[in-house]
Amino acid sequence: MRYLSDLDKGDKATILGFEAGRCEDIEFARDLEDRLLEIGFEEGLEVQILHEGPISRDPIAVRIGQMTVALRRMEACAVRIT
Amino acid sequence: MNIMTETSQEIKIALVGSPNCGKSSLFNSLTGSRQKVANYPGVTVERRSGTYTTKDGHNITLIDLPGIYSLKDRTLDERVSRQVITGVHKSESRPDLLLCIADSTNLRVHLRLVLELKYLGLPVILALNMRDLAERDGITIDPKILSRELGIPVVATVAVRRDSLDALKTELSQAITSLTPARDAVQAPTTRELQKQARRLSEVAIMSEGTQHKVTRQLDKILLHPFFGIIIFFITLFGMFQLVYFWAEAPMGLIEEGFRILQGFIAEILPDNWFRSLLIHGVIAGVGSVLVFLPQILILFTFILILEATGYMARAAFIMDRLMAMVGLNGRAFIPLMSSFACAIPGIMATRTIEHHRDRITTIMIAPLMTCSARIPVYALLIGAVVPNKSIFYGLFGLQGMVLFGLYLVGIVSALIVAAVLKMTLTRGAAQPFLMELPKYQLPVLRHLLINLWERARIFLKRAGTIILYSAIGLWALAQYPKKPLGATEPDIYYSYAGTLGRYLQYIFEPLGFNWEMSIALIPGMAAREVAIGALGTVYALQGNEDQITQGLRTVIQNSWSLPTAFAFLAWYVFAPQCFATLATVRRETNSWGWTAFMTGYLFALAYSAAFVVNKATIALLA
Repeated sequence: MRYLSDLDKGDKATILGFEAGRCEDIEFARDLEDRLLEIGFEEGLEVQILHEGPISRDPIAVRIGQMTVALRRMEACAVRIT
Repeated sequence: MNIMTETSQEIKIALVGSPNCGKSSLFNSLTGSRQKVANYPGVTVERRSGTYTTKDGHNITLIDLPGIYSLKDRTLDERVSRQVITGVHKSESRPDLLLCIADSTNLRVHLRLVLELKYLGLPVILALNMRDLAERDGITIDPKILSRELGIPVVATVAVRRDSLDALKTELSQAITSLTPARDAVQAPTTRELQKQARRLSEVAIMSEGTQHKVTRQLDKILLHPFFGIIIFFITLFGMFQLVYFWAEAPMGLIEEGFRILQGFIAEILPDNWFRSLLIHGVIAGVGSVLVFLPQILILFTFILILEATGYMARAAFIMDRLMAMVGLNGRAFIPLMSSFACAIPGIMATRTIEHHRDRITTIMIAPLMTCSARIPVYALLIGAVVPNKSIFYGLFGLQGMVLFGLYLVGIVSALIVAAVLKMTLTRGAAQPFLMELPKYQLPVLRHLLINLWERARIFLKRAGTIILYSAIGLWALAQYPKKPLGATEPDIYYSYAGTLGRYLQYIFEPLGFNWEMSIALIPGMAAREVAIGALGTVYALQGNEDQITQGLRTVIQNSWSLPTAFAFLAWYVFAPQCFATLATVRRETNSWGWTAFMTGYLFALAYSAAFVVNKATIALLA
């Protein structure tokens, strides 16, 4: 099992599904799947890590389709990829 | 029901769309300067409305609903939008028509909102915005297919181009003539189901996928670079504050000169009586010393508006996220904090994009520590008076600009410390998702920039014409009467009501090195910070100090304030307890007197201690 949070800058992968339950904090995990869907994450789409934040390589900026979305690795760990 | 029978009837159209779809830009283009910004009562969701008249004489009212991704009840923005669209909002009547705006370059995501809107019972028109950008990126969409599949009119638009606006207006006019009455909203399917439909639709309607915006990709390589990105970020902020000083110098000189000429002119034509004193020492000295700062405020707003319009603000949030995380906040909080540099009120209002209550409270609590533009007059006056105007680092930077930057920095650092302390105590809790779209870079549109700038200038001038004018007159009266007793030795004002009040306040502020003139000025300074300067202007003018008239307040301060006193006053203003307008906003936003009192209390304590320490330290250093 690989997750979006495991990728390095430049890596590409395809989204397989969401596992918001992987987040330790229940409050944090609630709505996370809906939010990811709403902003444009979706099964079958290709993602690529474009940029990494200056400290601890966090947050990350990923390309999905035509757009760039910024998120933390903590959130990216809910996105399962190929 | 035929709406056409009454031609005078207003048609109300609501603009709906996701963040970054170019909605505000389209709104600005449709309404031009015929718009006003207010708040929905009770909540601080901004209500932008504007009007235009169609060729066949209909009066259209446009309301620009906040940018939203969906219509769930998660954020205030979503709630208000939903209430307005379904007609259950208390103060906003239900619109007749929805104009949904979608970003053509990102149709798949934006279509989901269009589908969701169709369940709400109002006629919908879809504007495929940013057609030009889509074309450049090689994306081709067939509006006809989309229109057929969705069962609603679809127009491709470029917000800033006249011909495309005309097409949209024609479509809107047609829709108005065949308006169907609103139906009740029905329950929309789940996000996942809507997503599936949106994807199928976009597969049918998008003829060519294109590539991602090339300029954005290239620019981000530099601007989000782990090293150069940060350097550029800080240079941008630093340069911004240097230029606020540098560019404003000439226009400020002109304004000052103008008021001096006016004072001289009035002194010439009017006999020496109370009315002449009211005009020269009350109105002009008070209002004039605040109006002088209009250029600096406009320059700062110009920068902030440009950073927002170009899309750089979201990058700043990305760069700052990790740093914000260290104090328990997320990068998203950076945007409201950045707006607080202009004014804490829009900043505090912008916190509504932070969904989580605790994070929102923390951000609101520290927003006033971001140096707002109303403090610029105070800083500028004192820095101008006590910091020498010379260059350092081989003439690269001005020392005055450096000090100004330093004061901003002190504010920022204190904000981070306060946030960290709050997150460890009162607002402790789990971290919140960052998750935000980084929009395409765009050139700002001059016309829209000017409309927004004018709005800011208007608000500032209105304050100068009302609250600042009244307090200048009020203070003039308090400082004029009662007249000094026979045989008195001090200046007139010393024996007036204001002088007496100032001497009482002196007991509180004396340890900070403040003189009684400053103590008086602090009271109207609570109404609005920049008023403190106007108040000083009035107080000194009435002391019979002719320097004030010939050389301005700066010189008076240079001659009569000691260095420790001036520095303590600066330190006071870094933390200075809020102006009333901000406190009222905090009360409304947090819906809690407790948090409002807490903010007032902690800021007062910080301001007092900081001014005390700075005063004593400067005295020790000079000794």
